[in-house]
Amino acid sequence: MNRREFLGRAAKASATIAATCSFAYWLYEGAPPGPSQKGHAPVVLPDFSIPDLRGRMGIVTGRDRIQTLRRALKAIGGIEAFIKRGDRVLLKVNAAFATPPILSATTDPQLVAEVARLCFKAGASSVVVTDNPINDPASCFTLTGIAEAARLVGARVVMPTEESFKPTTVRGGALIREWPLLYDPFVGVNRVIGIAPVKDHHRSGASMTMKNWYGLLGGRRNILHQDIHNAIRELAVMVSPTLVILDGTTTMMNNGPTGGSLADLKRTNTMIVSTDQVATDAFGATLLGRTVTQLPYISKAESSGLGTADYESLNPVRESTG
Amino acid sequence: MNILTVRRISQALFLLLFLWLCIVSSLGENWWQLRGWPVNWLLQLDPLIALSTVLTTRTLYSGLLWAMVTVVLTVLLGRFFCGWVCPFGSLHHFIGFLGRRRKSTHDRTAVNQYHRAQSIKYYLLVFLLTAAAGGTIAHLARVSQDRLMIVSISVLAGLAVLVRLGILGVIPNVRKTIGILLVMVGVWMGLGLFLPLDRVTAASLQIGLLDPIALIYRSMNLVLLPVIDAGMHKLSTIQRYYQGAWLIGVIFLAAVFLNLWIPRFYCRFVCPLGALLGALGRFALWHIGKARDECTACKLCDADCEGACQPSGQIRISECVLCMNCRSSCKEGLIEYRTSLSASGEITSPDIRRRGFLMAVVSGLAVIPTLRLSGQVGPNWHPAIIRPPGALSEEAFLARCLRCGQCMRICPTNIIQPAGMEGGPEAFWTPILNFRIGTSGCQVNCIACGQICPSAAIRPISLNEKLGREEYTAGGPIRVGTAFVDRGRCLPWAMDKPCIVCQENCPTSPKAIFTREHFNTVRGGVLSVRRSDTLNVEFEGNPLQPGRFATGDYYCTVDAAADNHRRRIADNTGNTVTIASSWPWQTPPPRGSSVRIQIRLQLPYVEPKLCTGCGICEHECPVRVRRAIRVTPENESRSRERSLLLPAAGQRQ
Repeated sequence: MNRREFLGRAAKASATIAATCSFAYWLYEGAPPGPSQKGHAPVVLPDFSIPDLRGRMGIVTGRDRIQTLRRALKAIGGIEAFIKRGDRVLLKVNAAFATPPILSATTDPQLVAEVARLCFKAGASSVVVTDNPINDPASCFTLTGIAEAARLVGARVVMPTEESFKPTTVRGGALIREWPLLYDPFVGVNRVIGIAPVKDHHRSGASMTMKNWYGLLGGRRNILHQDIHNAIRELAVMVSPTLVILDGTTTMMNNGPTGGSLADLKRTNTMIVSTDQVATDAFGATLLGRTVTQLPYISKAESSGLGTADYESLNPVRESTG
Repeated sequence: MNILTVRRISQALFLLLFLWLCIVSSLGENWWQLRGWPVNWLLQLDPLIALSTVLTTRTLYSGLLWAMVTVVLTVLLGRFFCGWVCPFGSLHHFIGFLGRRRKSTHDRTAVNQYHRAQSIKYYLLVFLLTAAAGGTIAHLARVSQDRLMIVSISVLAGLAVLVRLGILGVIPNVRKTIGILLVMVGVWMGLGLFLPLDRVTAASLQIGLLDPIALIYRSMNLVLLPVIDAGMHKLSTIQRYYQGAWLIGVIFLAAVFLNLWIPRFYCRFVCPLGALLGALGRFALWHIGKARDECTACKLCDADCEGACQPSGQIRISECVLCMNCRSSCKEGLIEYRTSLSASGEITSPDIRRRGFLMAVVSGLAVIPTLRLSGQVGPNWHPAIIRPPGALSEEAFLARCLRCGQCMRICPTNIIQPAGMEGGPEAFWTPILNFRIGTSGCQVNCIACGQICPSAAIRPISLNEKLGREEYTAGGPIRVGTAFVDRGRCLPWAMDKPCIVCQENCPTSPKAIFTREHFNTVRGGVLSVRRSDTLNVEFEGNPLQPGRFATGDYYCTVDAAADNHRRRIADNTGNTVTIASSWPWQTPPPRGSSVRIQIRLQLPYVEPKLCTGCGICEHECPVRVRRAIRVTPENESRSRERSLLLPAAGQRQ
């Protein structure tokens, strides 16, 4: 009995030793760890533009942004040219600040709702509305009215969480390298529409459709202000949108990009819809009373082949809804 | 030779070895200073350090492999480490021996009785290990998803083996066993499937707070050596300071003095390493035990029992530290160290209850996520948490740091300090840089802390990597932070005093601190000219303190004159100023015109892309109590979250 008991213990002891030694061998790592921890593999946003429809631009003046939007879309071929049955659309709005829509610091909620509605009408199977705001995301989407407006037409609002970001490196980029990108809302999406208001921006000169992509970045994006024009150029490389919509119904002339007072705003009664974000922003500058040369990012984007600053060369369709 | 003598020699040797390794952890050129002595060897022998770092990092780092020697011997022999090797244990043993020297056998038997509270150490062990295990649990749960095929096949194979064993009758209740297995696999896969465990769990290495080897290294490095050496200055030419060392000292002394009340108090009630070794030694081939159950019940064996494991009755194997006192004290020679079980029976397993175990597991899993709610590892980063050069990114660092104090001991300038509550309880006693204490900042050509760190929480970087040379040129030097000038406190910025000690001491080339020249008119320094010649100007009244402006830093300039270039003042009396003779006025200042006396200041600026955060400027700043230039972990290399700058245009990839 004694011998058997001892053998039993010997077997258990040997098993313990064998197990721990093989674990130790398996886990042994002679070299010290490297300087940084491996993160997620970088992602790159695909090209959402439609090759045959490049260089289209509609500029419609009028007081009612729903009317001007519809007319501008019709002028460039109708939403049906861009959104087909089954398309999955992402609307990148500017919801940067937790301010009410009347202050025009954010994309107008009715405009968002109308674009989403038109997308659904054209057959889109899903519409996602997203942004990584500056202020608290939940407050931003609520106070700007975007969340409710989107919900009422059946679009899905995606607010950023820590996990929605994946690192991206912009093609030929020097600044946006392995930078956290708000990527999760893009999964499965094949059409992207940027919708931005026209705003004064003290650092870059103006915040319009190209600057709007800043809201897709996470991480320490505030250090991009050290070289804002190159950063905006890289943002425009990062996103090749299907369409951009620049809402110049009201323009924030100064105290941007936050505004905060009706006195900062001016009725400019213009809606621009285009496939060319560079041309759109170049035209938008005129609403602010600025020139393209005052906004270096526009010529930087142009020389990167992202569009033309000479919007007249696109022969934009100009109409008015009165 | 008597086995007790052998044990005492072993204990004395290991204690002396430990002291020796502490002494030789000194910078210098003598043979008894750092010369490749294996100064971390006792830490490396510690299986608890090995196991807990395996749990946090899923790797067994380099020298920690030594722990396998202890593991194998413990599995064969029992807790020999506690009774024969552990320097902290030997210290307790000796003090406990002193404490009970004149006590009666009855009293000694009483204090060496097994106490239910001895199971506390097992709960502490479980708590500390589960606090380290969160990340690995999440990892394993993820494996169940990522390797679904392999996992399913292994589970099916396991089931097949179980059924076969059940048919053979090896396992009595095979249904129950299979049921338990299936529930466990189900929980495992369910966790991976439904709970994003990576986000819920968090882990860090807290074992160093109580691990006896880390504790005695820390106490020695930060308290005993600095106190003892203060009088001799053999180990260090300067007084070493360690912020908050008093608490380390209090804990050390308390652990030592408690032996006078109950011998080996720490080993019996607290020591998580002892608990681990106790659990490992369950199947030890050799045991202390009685040859016959009947004895005279004199209890002499219990009287000197170090582990309080009741050798007189049913011996508790997991408490026995193999001191062999019972074997020697038994007058009948009944107690032996042998392969067969004790004739009076044995209790091999630790005395732990399911309820206490579960409490330890749950609180261990919860503790780190709960501590992280304070955000100190995230957005609520404390400006004082500046880690030594080569420290891993914070979570990886906290997964490895033992708080042994080796880096603090070796740092030649004494700037590596044990953190207080700056980083929250999770980072307590981990190394941070404090540039006010010590003799300088982080020395440019020093990489000692990373070289000594036993667990690579601070990586063993090379000088080339630290300084951004050779193959490391692209990344530049390692930055631990950035210096910021406090213009409200800086002498030239705020008080018209020339200084720039910071700029002079900035060790980078080119210097990260540069200056811009600036002239300020001194207070009451606008004076009306009475008469003048090409080198001298005399003022109305007697407004000046003689010689005050003769320092070479003062200049004067004439308002609204044809020649209003600044001239350096060479000397002054109560009412005259003499300018340097090398550049006389062409036209002396006319009578009635205003002359301004100005001080030339060099205002310091920091160029952040060159600053490594070495803190030499902060250390040297003459504004002592709250320095006028201070380093914060801004822009430290190891963290993207604290980056400050875009790569400069023209230097981009």
